[in-house]
Amino acid sequence: MMKVKDIIDDLGLTVFSGKSGLERELTGGYVCDLLSDVMGNAQTGQTWITLQTHRNVMAIASLKDLAAIILVKDNKPEEDTLKQSEEEGIPILGTAEDTFTIAGKLFNLLKNQQ
Amino acid sequence: MHFEHEIEGGNFSQAGFASSEIKKVLKQLNINIKVIKRVVVALYEAEVNIVAHAYHGKMEVDVDTDKIFMRLTDKGPGIENIEKAMEEGYSTASTEVREMGFGAGMGLSNIKKNTDELYITSKVDKGTTVEMTAYLNRE
Repeated sequence: MMKVKDIIDDLGLTVFSGKSGLERELTGGYVCDLLSDVMGNAQTGQTWITLQTHRNVMAIASLKDLAAIILVKDNKPEEDTLKQSEEEGIPILGTAEDTFTIAGKLFNLLKNQQ
Repeated sequence: MHFEHEIEGGNFSQAGFASSEIKKVLKQLNINIKVIKRVVVALYEAEVNIVAHAYHGKMEVDVDTDKIFMRLTDKGPGIENIEKAMEEGYSTASTEVREMGFGAGMGLSNIKKNTDELYITSKVDKGTTVEMTAYLNRE
């Protein structure tokens, strides 16, 4: 089983916060910027790729037991989002790439692990 | 067992806090994880509805041996047409709320999918009550 820390180097991700959660197991990914869609459909252990940076993404990641969040296009988490990420131990990662590109790379990485 | 949390309308930085507290309690009570996952989705959506639309609200959760009963009441604008509000994609959320990724018109259908019973009553300009039941032994 892959862990969050295993994708950081391969995808060239920045770790903004939640380092204590880098050992969390990664089961897959989910892509959406509509919060209710993520709430209704994301699964435990997935990494959520989004451009939303406010605290509610952490609330959802925590309630859904997601493995990590990847913020796209150089978006930075807001201060209270960072704080909650630290508290919950759910990492927030970042990339300069857009959603399509990073999702494709993560998909291939996970596929090659199987 | 009875649990209660106040919910402040308009305060998005606290949205999800009450649901999170209930999730912790349900885990401590060793409730079936599948049931917890469903209940959490329903509670969060109902909580966010209060934050996004109402002035003030309350989340009450009763955990029984065979079911979890949840009631969310608010003082707020109420829902003019509940049937319409239940339609997927229909939303009265503000542009600001939509830009945050809320207001996609999926909240109530998420609640319906994740509960066994759902009753909504509402009075325009007074408020809304959402009652939801999840049975523990139907998995």
